[in-house]
Amino acid sequence: MLTEPLVWAIFLLPVASFLIIGLVLRPAISAVPALAKASGYLTIIALGIGFALSIWLLRSSAHGVIYAFPPHLWLDLGPASVQMGLLLDPLTNIMLVVVTGVSLMVQIYSLAYMDGDRSFARYYAYMSLFSASMIGLVLASNIVQMYVFWELVGLSSYLLIGFWHDRPAAAAAAKKAFIITRIGDVGFLLAIIFLFFQADTFAARGLNAFHIPDIWEAARPIAAGGAGIVAGGALLWLCLGLFAGAVGKSGQFPLHTWLPDAMEGPTPVSALIHAATMVAAGVFLVGRFFPVFAESEVAMMVVALIGAFTAVFAATMALAANDIKRVMAYSTVSQLGYMMAALGVGAYNAALFHLFTHAFFKALLFLGAGSVNHAAGTFNMMYMGGLRKSMPWTYGLTLVGALSLVGIFPLAGFWSKDEILLESWLAGGAAPVAIVVFFALLVGVLLTAFYSFRMIHLTFHGEFRGGGERELHDVAAAGQPAPTGVTHHVHLGESPRVMVAPMFLLGISAVIAGWLANPIGVGMLFGLIPSHWLTEYLASGLHDGHHAPPFSIAMAVISNVVALAGIGLAVLVYAWPRAFTSLDPLTRGGVVHTLLAQRYYFDDLYEGLIVNRIFYRITVAATDWIDRNVVDGIVGLLGWISRNIGGLIALAQNGQVQTYPLAAATGGLVILILYLILG
Amino acid sequence: MFNEFNGLLTVTVFLPAVAALLLAVGILRGDRAIRWFAVLVTAGDLVLSVLVFALFQRGGERFQLLDRFTWIDTGTVQASYFLGVDGLSAPLVMLTGLLGLCAVFASFHVGSRVKEYFIWLLVLQTAVMGVFTALDFLLFFLFWELELVPMYMLISTWGSGRREYSAMKFLIFTILGSAFMLVAIVAVFVSSGVGSFDMTLLLEPGTALDAGRAALPMGALFWLFFVAFAVKLPTWPVHTWLPDAHTDAPTAGSVMLAGVMLKMGGYGLLRVNAGMFPEQLQTYALPVVILGVISVLYGAVVTLRQTDLKRLIAYSSVSHMGLVLIGIGSVAVVGGVLTDAGLVGAAMQLFTHGTITGLLFVAVGIVYEKTHTRNIMELGGLANRMPIVAVAFLLAGAASLGLPSLSGFVSELLVFFGGFRAFPALTILAVLGIILAAGYILWMIQRTFFGPRPARWDSLTDATLVDAIPVALLAISIVAVGVYPVWLTDVFRDGLEPIVNGYNAGLAGMTR
Repeated sequence: MLTEPLVWAIFLLPVASFLIIGLVLRPAISAVPALAKASGYLTIIALGIGFALSIWLLRSSAHGVIYAFPPHLWLDLGPASVQMGLLLDPLTNIMLVVVTGVSLMVQIYSLAYMDGDRSFARYYAYMSLFSASMIGLVLASNIVQMYVFWELVGLSSYLLIGFWHDRPAAAAAAKKAFIITRIGDVGFLLAIIFLFFQADTFAARGLNAFHIPDIWEAARPIAAGGAGIVAGGALLWLCLGLFAGAVGKSGQFPLHTWLPDAMEGPTPVSALIHAATMVAAGVFLVGRFFPVFAESEVAMMVVALIGAFTAVFAATMALAANDIKRVMAYSTVSQLGYMMAALGVGAYNAALFHLFTHAFFKALLFLGAGSVNHAAGTFNMMYMGGLRKSMPWTYGLTLVGALSLVGIFPLAGFWSKDEILLESWLAGGAAPVAIVVFFALLVGVLLTAFYSFRMIHLTFHGEFRGGGERELHDVAAAGQPAPTGVTHHVHLGESPRVMVAPMFLLGISAVIAGWLANPIGVGMLFGLIPSHWLTEYLASGLHDGHHAPPFSIAMAVISNVVALAGIGLAVLVYAWPRAFTSLDPLTRGGVVHTLLAQRYYFDDLYEGLIVNRIFYRITVAATDWIDRNVVDGIVGLLGWISRNIGGLIALAQNGQVQTYPLAAATGGLVILILYLILG
Repeated sequence: MFNEFNGLLTVTVFLPAVAALLLAVGILRGDRAIRWFAVLVTAGDLVLSVLVFALFQRGGERFQLLDRFTWIDTGTVQASYFLGVDGLSAPLVMLTGLLGLCAVFASFHVGSRVKEYFIWLLVLQTAVMGVFTALDFLLFFLFWELELVPMYMLISTWGSGRREYSAMKFLIFTILGSAFMLVAIVAVFVSSGVGSFDMTLLLEPGTALDAGRAALPMGALFWLFFVAFAVKLPTWPVHTWLPDAHTDAPTAGSVMLAGVMLKMGGYGLLRVNAGMFPEQLQTYALPVVILGVISVLYGAVVTLRQTDLKRLIAYSSVSHMGLVLIGIGSVAVVGGVLTDAGLVGAAMQLFTHGTITGLLFVAVGIVYEKTHTRNIMELGGLANRMPIVAVAFLLAGAASLGLPSLSGFVSELLVFFGGFRAFPALTILAVLGIILAAGYILWMIQRTFFGPRPARWDSLTDATLVDAIPVALLAISIVAVGVYPVWLTDVFRDGLEPIVNGYNAGLAGMTR
């Protein structure tokens, strides 16, 4: 039986490791360099224990133990209060395993990947902070508590994206990530503010407007046995506010532009933050408030359409990206779109199942990209090729990750994606929107298969095209600055075991994570796992959680055929009959290719036009001008008065202007007192 | 003659002034000795002010630790020496003690006329402490005016740039505000049935001042006080003295200016405008909140344009002080009961902005001391050379943009909570300010500490131990409030409770 301190320990251990590294180890490193390594081990131990505790928690919860601990007062606001508490429902328990598990793998991998970096300890301090924030987020039982950690996740992400802060691109990307996600966060914050607006009504029903289960209760109509406090337009706005936060964090359209730039951070950071956990926070947020969203048809439709659109939109940009990490980044945005779309059509379990499997295979793919970079000295796929010979493990594992991403039977990604497709198809019976979603997601499968195998071919097949060495040469010849992560250091060979081992574990997960859920629905899989275990478990956390539909062979065949078609297309373009040489055949797409490669010009629209021209050069400049010339003009008038009065006083006070204030003040007082006494 | 005399507040308020007097008569020679003497005095004062905060009992008498004796009593005129604290002023006294010590540490590099410098700095501290503790209007006004002299001297003598212009500008604006206040104080006093400067009497709802007997219309009184305090806060459009004063003041001057002197304005608004003119505040809440929202957005927009580190922080202060007005205006709730969120948020904002901006100015002071420039365009990549300063900046910056777990978030959140219940649309506009805040803070950090480092900064050194002490003190206070705010919010709530109850009694009366 887990006690409350043990659950808090999952969160507090990484906090402690952050503080110890930041306040004790780091200042001492200049004296004892060996302490740098210790910071890595400390983080790994903290997360290792957290992972074990999370597994324990999930296991006992799955066996029916219900954990509920009283929260602790943080801020009392009269009708509502902020209580720091633990919400240990199935969603949290699953998320804890994902977060601590993937984070642990990434930290081990980083021991080798970051080896020799002069800010090694700082890296692990940030990683500890990040893990703690993410764990705090999933544990939160209060919406303000959630917002606290939500923002701390944003801060950690800022620090990690800008980890190599002397590179201007990294510093700029960090800032961009923070600001764009903050635009979404305003929505989240307004949702909280709105809840406080309603706090009296909550309190009258004995509910706390910030307590998450109370918010579910408030959104449930009275007819369904709930409190029915928030309904109609208010409910819609509440949902849209929360969703705005989710759109920002999860890089959904139209706030997607920060995520590809965020690849400026070290690659393990990308694996952790921008694949498996932080960006999943947006999906988690919608999942957390799913009982609220489910009551608003319009909100659900918005979530579904934004998700489905993003799934396709981001996948198309992945087609024309040459940076392997950017391909992964777009892929992540696209897959998060799948999860959002699933939530929008009501497939709560399927969405979170996909979040679960995606965390493993996407982390694996990112770590694979890091491994490739370790050998080739670049992230640009145009300078890779043929790496399968020199790095067989990386190749094999990346291939597994890619197949899982594409959703090929029987890998993890297949099961979860298949459930999303099936559920949206079935939901189409009641809501026509779901049919649109279904076909969009099916197109997404084709695109996913194509860009994934484009990546595999360009990176691992064909002949080696020179790596970072050659790229630097080309870039210098063109007179451009060197891109991030490109070095002369090209040594074709497998990465060290410390890097391959975590990839291997993630690879195993990417194969079996789907089976763990027993999605086929056979009685007891391997004699251990009950039918639809994971999805049923997740549904048990909802008041009226719906059950996973029975496995459909027809849907499985359709999605696999589409996926194989995408892979086949990629083979036709990049491998057979003519092997890839140096020019991407897709560039023959002309305008379309340019549009994709320029990311539909969204960066130019946001940064170039809206922020720089309209906002900065016009609004800001005009306000500044007004401030200096109009508002401050009052001072000219006052100055004139003071010169004359001040001159008089200066005369009387022997020219000591300094005594003027004292004279004025005492003079005023004397007049006052005289007036009072005589009057 | 001594009605009550606890003595602690008198010692806390006047310890720095007495020390200044001792310096003035020349008990110490040598700059080094004077500096450490100032450290000793302000450290002692910090201990005393913490004691004041700790001894204040929530739920006890409204005003505590009273020091009082009659000063002028001619039958018609009653003025007393009257000090005391409530839940609103006790934290601000502690804030002043904290920033006073930090300001002394931030002044160690001052090399010219050291004795005079510290005399003025210590006098300044007494004046500000006096404003927060005075419970007699005449005394309040005296302290209010007393503060002008040292600040003026600090800027005009030890400042930089157009220091005389800036000092004079500061003076003119504040004196103009004071003139309004003086008229208002006199008018309150001569209103029939008052005859005393006792602020505690004036704070009792309904007993001291009612519209029928006021010498001037109550609305006029409200606005006279409002102008005086709004200039100090400062709010748009009377803010333009602040960027100049900050930019040209010495580091300690900026720390005290932003850290505690602006808070005098906010304190006055809460104490006088909200406490003594509840009905007028409710009537005029809309214009007050509009001024607040303009300050928030306008201040933030202009901040985006600044390239001088101190000017940038100064304009951001205009933006952040706008939140105080929104919090105060939150009393005009439509229907329902008034919660204390908005008023507590305004008070919290005074405290948190004091420590956050104090830390930013201390950090800028260190940078300026080493580089002799505050021009952001000339800086860059300092993080690798000055990690302690960079961390301090990052922490203060994050707190300034309202990052949860740091103190600024708590006050912003409370202000928004309160404001939204009264003026939803205006509050939403103000919330957008947090995006702009992220913009200018992160831009400043990026351009100053990140990116490539110009070769001329290659040999910079990090903060010294003396530099690091104020950094650590302020950083600890920022984190302590952010991580566990209740210890502070509960005290403010206690102080503001009578005001909130007064409103709710009035609201209940109206619905009846």
